Amino acid sequence: MPRDKLLRIENLVLHFKTAKGAVRAVDGVFFELGYKEAVVVLGESGCGKSSLAKAVLRLLPRNVERYDGKIYLEDSEIMGLDEEEYRRNVRWVRMSLVPQAAMNALNPVMKVGDQVAEPAMVHFGVKKEKALVEAAKMFQHVGVPVDFLNRYAFELSGGMRQRVAIAMALVTAPGVVILDEPTSALDVLTQANIFNVLKRLKQELQVSFVLITHDIATSSELADRVAVMYAGQIVEANDAHSFFNEPLHPYSRMLMASVPRLRAENEPEFITGQPPSLLNPPTGCRFAARCPQRFAKCSDEPPVFNVGGRQVKCWLYEA
Amino acid sequence: MAEKQREVLLSINDLHVWFELRRFGFGHAGYVKAVDGVTFDLYYGDTIAIVGESGCGKSTLMRTILGLNKPIKGSVTFEGKEIAALDSEELRWYRSQVGYVQQDPFGALAPFMTIQRILEEPLIIHGIKDPVERERRVRKVMEEVKLSPVEDFLHKFPHMLSGGQLQRVVIARAIILEPKLIVADEPVSMLDASVRVEILKLLRGLQEAHRLAVIYITHDLSTVRYFSERVFVMYAGNVVEKSDVHRLVKTPYHPYTVALLDATSDPDAENARKFRELPPGEPPSLVKPPQGCRFHPRCPKMIDTLCNVDEPLEFQPESGRLVSCWLYK
Repeated sequence: MPRDKLLRIENLVLHFKTAKGAVRAVDGVFFELGYKEAVVVLGESGCGKSSLAKAVLRLLPRNVERYDGKIYLEDSEIMGLDEEEYRRNVRWVRMSLVPQAAMNALNPVMKVGDQVAEPAMVHFGVKKEKALVEAAKMFQHVGVPVDFLNRYAFELSGGMRQRVAIAMALVTAPGVVILDEPTSALDVLTQANIFNVLKRLKQELQVSFVLITHDIATSSELADRVAVMYAGQIVEANDAHSFFNEPLHPYSRMLMASVPRLRAENEPEFITGQPPSLLNPPTGCRFAARCPQRFAKCSDEPPVFNVGGRQVKCWLYEA
Repeated sequence: MAEKQREVLLSINDLHVWFELRRFGFGHAGYVKAVDGVTFDLYYGDTIAIVGESGCGKSTLMRTILGLNKPIKGSVTFEGKEIAALDSEELRWYRSQVGYVQQDPFGALAPFMTIQRILEEPLIIHGIKDPVERERRVRKVMEEVKLSPVEDFLHKFPHMLSGGQLQRVVIARAIILEPKLIVADEPVSMLDASVRVEILKLLRGLQEAHRLAVIYITHDLSTVRYFSERVFVMYAGNVVEKSDVHRLVKTPYHPYTVALLDATSDPDAENARKFRELPPGEPPSLVKPPQGCRFHPRCPKMIDTLCNVDEPLEFQPESGRLVSCWLYK
């Protein structure tokens, strides 16, 4: 694979076993991420985006039916690693996670400083004193006063807790941090503040982000690349500039048109209908039932077409 | 009807809602001043959006309007009756006049009731004994919120519906008694982007069709434009700016409104290239709010010995707009 990419995911599949059959939560996902870049995975609720985070970090529940695909991290393929190697060398060492609702992800009976120091102690075997020094450094990076190290989570505001969760993901200096809806529970000003922190971290710490979100407006605060997810699949992968100016896939276009804007006088349009069930997704294009531009071909599954370096899974772009 | 339009439906006068803090369960330890001096009038068929961050008192204001909190000072008057003084019979009448749209549709509906039962409940409580009549009204309201075909939904349980559909049920429940006022607390914040606008437009359509007065409470300024002309900005228990939404977005007056607008993003690839200018710090404690203007510790335009001493009065920099800030003296 090309050396200028840090992370590349090819055809990632994660199906869950349920009483009603397999839920195809992640069903052929691809995207790539360069150094010091941020890729945004955009999708609505139920499209499988949180399962994608779990699949990439191999944080799997028990009811997995199928889990395969290829994940290249720098020059190595990590899907082939066994569990112990993955835990030792990948999870939280080279890739970490800021979980959804990170505000409530902190341990209520442990000081936040100890929580931030813990990954360094576990993964690098350093003494607690040294790990706490690292934690203090991280606190400075994310903008939490250092004397907060000795506080408990309940003594912190929502924004501060979110910053602590980010510090916890960064303390082992991983190359990739996956952020799962990092700001959805926060206020407007706090949210903007967190995005300022993330932008600064990207420059200062040479870290790359995978930002998983449903919020199109704020996702543009961080995005270098955008991957749009619909019903378990990536339907478009594009660089941020061309995505926000000219989305290709009909779903992306309609999604963009549905965003209420503060500074533009456009009338937002909503998308009629519901996303398909992931239990028995339709054969062919999964968006076809809601798509105003569907035609005969859409009953076959579209391949991913390359349109001037931008990837789109839609028959409209067949060369 | 046009005459009635300009009549005051709901009048809020110098409203203060404080919650007492107690030490060890009995000693007095101060008050949380959640709403501290709010005044406005709402006319028949009028809409107002109240914008603010969590902890600014907007939900307390809403709960007080619904009669769930008692004000410590000031009053809420609905059609000339002060609601804190209503007896239980009058309160029942008041509750039929005011509909409430909850924030979280997933939590607002009883999981063990069918949609039909959920929508019948208010009718039963308000004494409509004839089941045929009840079903007629349930079907009518479901058509109105576009839960159609009605047959498909009547016997479903909440867990079988999507977020957008659930929010329609919540709205249907709020309007089934044909109230004069709807209080909508962040009705779209839990929904996906593509559904949000649909629900807002539905609410707007119902508001126009029934001449409902609506109070729309939100933290998201970008959705306000699609719903309400008048907007109030709240900060730390006070309304700091009252304006129409178009002029507010174009030329915000209060420094807090400026900050709020600056922090709101529109999808634009350029956003990733710049840092946003934001006021430092966090909203103040409502137990001991700062002296003078409550925004002064974070305000870039703070005037020393004025803003940090005297509480700002309401000024009118242009007609139809009011701002509580000394800059506009």
